[in-house]
Amino acid sequence: MIRLTVNQKTHKVDVDPDMPLLWVIRDIIGLTGTKYGCGVAQCGACVVHLNGEAVRSCVTKVSRAANQKIVTIEGLSLHNDHPLQQAWAEIDVPQCGYCQSGQLMSAAVLLKENPQPDDAAIDAAMSGNLCRCGTYPRIRKAIHRAAELQQEAGKKPF
Amino acid sequence: MPVNHNLPVRTFSVVTGLFGLFALLSFSIRKGHIEQDAPTGHDSLMIVKDSAASVKAFLEVYNVLMSPRCMNCHPSGDVPLQGDDNHLHTMLPQRGKDGKGVYAMKCANCHQPTNTPGEHTPPGNPNWHLPPADMKMVFQGKTPHELAKQIMDPAQNGNKTPQQLLEHAHDGLVVAAWNPGEGRTLPPMTHDAFVKAWTTWLKTGGFAPQANP
Ligand code: FES
Ligand code: FES
Repeated sequence: MIRLTVNQKTHKVDVDPDMPLLWVIRDIIGLTGTKYGCGVAQCGACVVHLNGEAVRSCVTKVSRAANQKIVTIEGLSLHNDHPLQQAWAEIDVPQCGYCQSGQLMSAAVLLKENPQPDDAAIDAAMSGNLCRCGTYPRIRKAIHRAAELQQEAGKKPF
Repeated sequence: MPVNHNLPVRTFSVVTGLFGLFALLSFSIRKGHIEQDAPTGHDSLMIVKDSAASVKAFLEVYNVLMSPRCMNCHPSGDVPLQGDDNHLHTMLPQRGKDGKGVYAMKCANCHQPTNTPGEHTPPGNPNWHLPPADMKMVFQGKTPHELAKQIMDPAQNGNKTPQQLLEHAHDGLVVAAWNPGEGRTLPPMTHDAFVKAWTTWLKTGGFAPQANP
């Protein structure tokens, strides 16, 4: 049995410790917001937070997550109101949407560590998240907007 | 042979603690020998200067350090390299201050404690990182002369003493070069042969090959 906390809820899963965390999140726990793109850490569709870091769950063994804190896109905010989610909706970022949960989870780490990122910081943070629909300009715009919203709300970074 | 490196010689014993991080080292001198006790059970450093043997050993060491498995994480820029052609790492991850990446692009986000199975998957190590921004330890583009001088210079080698350099051949990340994950070429000699050349180089004085041979 492996114990892990996903979105503040504790789960006990009876799986091979080498199973990718992504499999556990999607197939065992049933949270399907996190996507499978490449399976080899090349695309970023599967990004979740492991103790606040934007790990790629397709190559992260569930054993690494044992007794640790995982946050998936479903747990990024309580009411889908993280500044990034607000900005994403306002700017209508997604096209097909497949890459977007990974994009948001990566952007959330950026905003937490750098509440007012410039374009260079955005590039440095987001260069590992691919979008086949090419929504990059809107992603950049939305991250800047989210930084504003976060500041306006005087919110502590998530 | 030119003498490019001289170890400090003291006629008294020194015991020093470095920020509590390094084990205590004791130095003593015996007729042209400098002995430094190994704190961890590895080989201890007894230097018998021989510049010809030293330079010869370093040239073997150099071939390993300039192989992709070593040089790819000692780039001249702030992006690691990949492949036998030393191309820039896809996705352009940045070194970051501590060498562990930045924001959502930290090394350990993809590089797991162990190799991920399959070709073209991230190789793994519990301590995966580049040298930090304030001590870049660049290998890429360095001549044998430059690299030997750099490695022997504590201001450029991560403040390592010769004894610590000796032990560094057994560092987990160094050893990982010989377990690089599927589909990657190995360094040009075995780890044992590398340790032998490295040890010989240091024990014969850590001499640098001439700048313009
Ligand atoms: S599915 Fe994990 S990085 Fe592509
Ligand atoms: S919105 Fe379609 S892949 Fe990014």
